[in-house]
Amino acid sequence: MNIFDRMMSLDRRWVFLFVALVCVITYLIPFSIKINITPEVKSIYDHVESLKAGDYILLAIDYDPNALAELHPMTYAIAEQAFRKELKVIFVTLSQNGPGMADQAIRDISDSLRLEKTYNGITYPARQLINGKDYVFLGYKPYPALVILGMGQNFRLPFPSDYYGTPLDSIPMMKGVLNYDQIKCVIDFAAGNVADMWISYGQGRYNFPLALGMTGVMGADYYPYLNSGQVFGLMGGLLGAAQYESLADNPGPAIDGMRIQLYAHIVIILFILMGNIGFLVTRRKKQV
Amino acid sequence: MQEMSIGTFLWTTLGAFLTLCIFSFLYRDNPFYKLAEHLVVGVSAGYFVIILWHNGLQPNLFNRLNDGNFYLLWLNSAAPWYMIPALLGVMMWTRFSRKWSWISRWPIAMYMGIAAGVAVPLEMKNRVNLQIYSAMTDIDWGNFFGGSLINSASGLSQLIIFLGTIAALFYFFFSKEHTGVFKGLARFGIWILMVGFGASFGYTVMGRISLFVQRIQYVGDWTKVAWSGISGTYTLVWFITFGIFALLAVYEFIQFMARRKKEA
Repeated sequence: MNIFDRMMSLDRRWVFLFVALVCVITYLIPFSIKINITPEVKSIYDHVESLKAGDYILLAIDYDPNALAELHPMTYAIAEQAFRKELKVIFVTLSQNGPGMADQAIRDISDSLRLEKTYNGITYPARQLINGKDYVFLGYKPYPALVILGMGQNFRLPFPSDYYGTPLDSIPMMKGVLNYDQIKCVIDFAAGNVADMWISYGQGRYNFPLALGMTGVMGADYYPYLNSGQVFGLMGGLLGAAQYESLADNPGPAIDGMRIQLYAHIVIILFILMGNIGFLVTRRKKQV
Repeated sequence: MQEMSIGTFLWTTLGAFLTLCIFSFLYRDNPFYKLAEHLVVGVSAGYFVIILWHNGLQPNLFNRLNDGNFYLLWLNSAAPWYMIPALLGVMMWTRFSRKWSWISRWPIAMYMGIAAGVAVPLEMKNRVNLQIYSAMTDIDWGNFFGGSLINSASGLSQLIIFLGTIAALFYFFFSKEHTGVFKGLARFGIWILMVGFGASFGYTVMGRISLFVQRIQYVGDWTKVAWSGISGTYTLVWFITFGIFALLAVYEFIQFMARRKKEA
């Protein structure tokens, strides 16, 4: 058995082990890499940055723990930017295990906001987030399409009360907020076809500015909606999250993860090349 | 180093333990993996039931029906019409009886009717018509290169999108044999499709590696806390957790060597 035959019959577990070793080693060695910003991510940052204190945005946490790695960093970066700018944030989730994700994000961001921090040269004072005044978490409802349509009429139709059981009418922040007309933009963090529903039943029906943050697996499929103007921004996978963290000057797990990602990709490309060389050589040998 | 209470540390340890259980599948199927897999399924299902009750049925049905009185099965409620969706919901449960399962067709028919009525015009407009319009925009010849080859607003990108859409559609046109010019267009179409699949595959690899990277960060942070000197108990717990998998790895290695010896 020559080297090319060995390449073709390499046990996949060696590939796993090699990728794992490279990931662990790059995690242990501190270094940084340059993050290039793409226009589709910058447009989301610019949109949030252009809003005034007191403006409302809706963040849809439509993912379960299995997509936490890619979407949590986006949620953290955008929500922190919004709260630092004193925007009013409405959280909602249309994913069945999403309430835990949203609840965790709100608690962590609340802790972070208690410290004075400087982002992009601007120092933001410490502040205490107050539920019902600074943000509302509407909770979860099944059947995303119907919930999205219902919120377009009145938030109170699908959500008579928030996640913690407080009636929406008795929440100070929700006074005068009826539907999407009072919302400056919706940013959906999606790990499934809920993004399609936000496009078709939300933006397509009620015409509000919509941006998407999505898992890497979904990323390429949603560029046509960017091209058609149905969404004004896109963040795909950990790369999108790292770009946003970089724009917001709020480095987090996404930027840290990209350096590991870089070397993991190099290893995978090398294995793909090895596999193809092995395949071509053994095929030629068989033909001869 | 961040302070962490023993309770939080033990929960974090459970997360790290389950992470290692799941990754042990990469070598081969084993009881640790099965345990973690069954836990995920069970916890997700249990969590969903509770969330559905507290976020769905209670506020949207029972609270609306219940005006303080429970008698007459809420028929005396201020909003008795909520009994209709409740009844339709109950009818769905007849699926579990062979004799009565036909009753569930009524709520299913109603749901499908509403869903189709809502979906058809909106899906047609937003996912077909608007995509056709966007593929037919004027090519921006004045800004052909757009300063960068990856600028999706450049004339070149618009031209590629236009030609790519036409060619990909030609590939799926099977009423005419793919010969001559038609063959060239169809071949260009398949290349465009391959580029699309390649982009999707690239993103997928990135997504899967991201999940692994996040788990490394999690286990790494847990290890840092265990070795930070907060408490000797933390280090001991870390050793026990890793020790289980180290012993498993040694056992598997011995088995592997024995198998090799036997084969030789």
